[in-house]
Amino acid sequence: MTIEEIEQEIIDEFSIYDDWMDKYAYLIELGSNLEGMDEAHKTDDNLIKGCQSRVWFHAEMRDDRLFFTADSDAIITKGIAGLLVRVFSGQRPSDIAQADLRFIDEIGLTQHLSPTRSNGLLSMVKQIKLYALAASAAQETKKGFNE
Amino acid sequence: MFEIEKIRKDFPILEEKVYGKPLVYLDNGATMQRPLRVIDKMNEYYLKYNSNVHRGVHFLSNKCTDANEEARAEVRDFIGAASDKEIIFTRGTTESINLVAFSFGEAFIQSGDEILVTEMEHHANIVPWQMLCERKGAILKVLPFQDQGELDMARLEDLLTDRVKMVGVAYVSNVLGTVNPVKEIIDRAHAVGAKVLVDAAQAIQHIPIDVQELNCDFLVFSGHKIYGPTGVGVLYGKEKWLEQMPPWQGGGEMIKEVHFEKTTYNELPFKFEAGTPDFIGVIGLGEALRYVRQIGLDAIAAYEQHVLEYAMKQIRQIPGIRIFGEAEHKSSVISFALGEIHHSDTGILLDKMGIAVRTGQLCAEPVMQHYGVTGMVRASLAMYNTTEEIDQFCDALRKVAKMFRLA
Repeated sequence: MTIEEIEQEIIDEFSIYDDWMDKYAYLIELGSNLEGMDEAHKTDDNLIKGCQSRVWFHAEMRDDRLFFTADSDAIITKGIAGLLVRVFSGQRPSDIAQADLRFIDEIGLTQHLSPTRSNGLLSMVKQIKLYALAASAAQETKKGFNE
Repeated sequence: MFEIEKIRKDFPILEEKVYGKPLVYLDNGATMQRPLRVIDKMNEYYLKYNSNVHRGVHFLSNKCTDANEEARAEVRDFIGAASDKEIIFTRGTTESINLVAFSFGEAFIQSGDEILVTEMEHHANIVPWQMLCERKGAILKVLPFQDQGELDMARLEDLLTDRVKMVGVAYVSNVLGTVNPVKEIIDRAHAVGAKVLVDAAQAIQHIPIDVQELNCDFLVFSGHKIYGPTGVGVLYGKEKWLEQMPPWQGGGEMIKEVHFEKTTYNELPFKFEAGTPDFIGVIGLGEALRYVRQIGLDAIAAYEQHVLEYAMKQIRQIPGIRIFGEAEHKSSVISFALGEIHHSDTGILLDKMGIAVRTGQLCAEPVMQHYGVTGMVRASLAMYNTTEEIDQFCDALRKVAKMFRLA
């Protein structure tokens, strides 16, 4: 599935909840069910700065795609991180770098985008995009060498 | 007679709704709301009299200067200081402590001297002293607290030697709510020749304070934690110490005569007020103190104690609750964890139910380290909070616990 298709899937899932508490209950469920990450990957390098809770993102290139795992000590944050993993993991770096992430707005998480928000969604998105930019730059360089 | 309904009407923001739910504001330890008359007073001065203080010969400048100095007198009376010279306006508690750490440090601290703080201090009453220690080669010592939240006074005997030149202590802990025995600490510190700075940031709004009775050398607080504006704070210092301390910032107003060869400094309190002060903020603070005085801090303290006791009783009944700070003498602060739920999760969900609390390390990492936690949730009270709000708060906590299947 493309990034847009996964985003639409998430928007549809959230659309059945009109109450805020239900949305958060769903995020808690997602957070609880998200498989964490390898302890070895919970390094300072993978730690997202600017969050009140600790959040780690680990990125790995396989073939021409980026794969992410994420973890957090706070469940709601972990649920949000899980949504990002679901949207981005297995996608091409160039697609990730260009994604506009309308689902964040559509499911009503935009308020978590402000830089000082405790769960640091903005910092997570920034970090993912940085991974993607770095990976796609590396791909370009490699292509250049091969040519 | 403490009329809570009437008091709540003084604070228009309490009528606000967040996410369509009535606001329950329990983050008063971070900043309090201002009554309308403080906002009106500041507006009045912006609209009708704004002009720089202590400089102009004209009507407006005199009007602002008078109001600025009336506010100083209001602060003086509010804390029972001996003279206006002992009241320095700063940007807040943090700046007040930095001023003392720098200026007192320059005059009186030498290599090998010791500064004693407590384990429950706010970062603002730790870091400036650490910086002083680095500058002067002095040594920072720490008086620990016990798990229920009281200072380990038995340790004071060993720590309080004649090497100690300054003691920094919070009157009320911003995390634990503990009301510390500052009078005893001051007396014992003086007995070994040490001076004492009392951080009253979390006390000034809850406990009547008389600096001459306490006999503290310095006392500091912020305007916005006592129903006044942000950006203005107070440093009280005994005149004899302030006289001996060098200025810490140079500029306008703090000078007597400026020559390129030598500049002489203004008298107290202006010696420590370089540059244009936030005089509208000062005027707002004066109005806030008048408001508090009219209601009466004794009445406020009694009412808040009643709400605190009710809150402690109710919150203890919530399954999985862990309260940090159960000192016998406790003020309007309740910090806790809800089972294993992360403080940020609890805070986010409470927010969605209209309840504003503080979460995180509360600017007191050593307290977090004491209990081995990464953060806490803190509810802190003001005179306008009610037992009904405590009920809403506890219901919300139960709901959070339920969402995490704790209950």
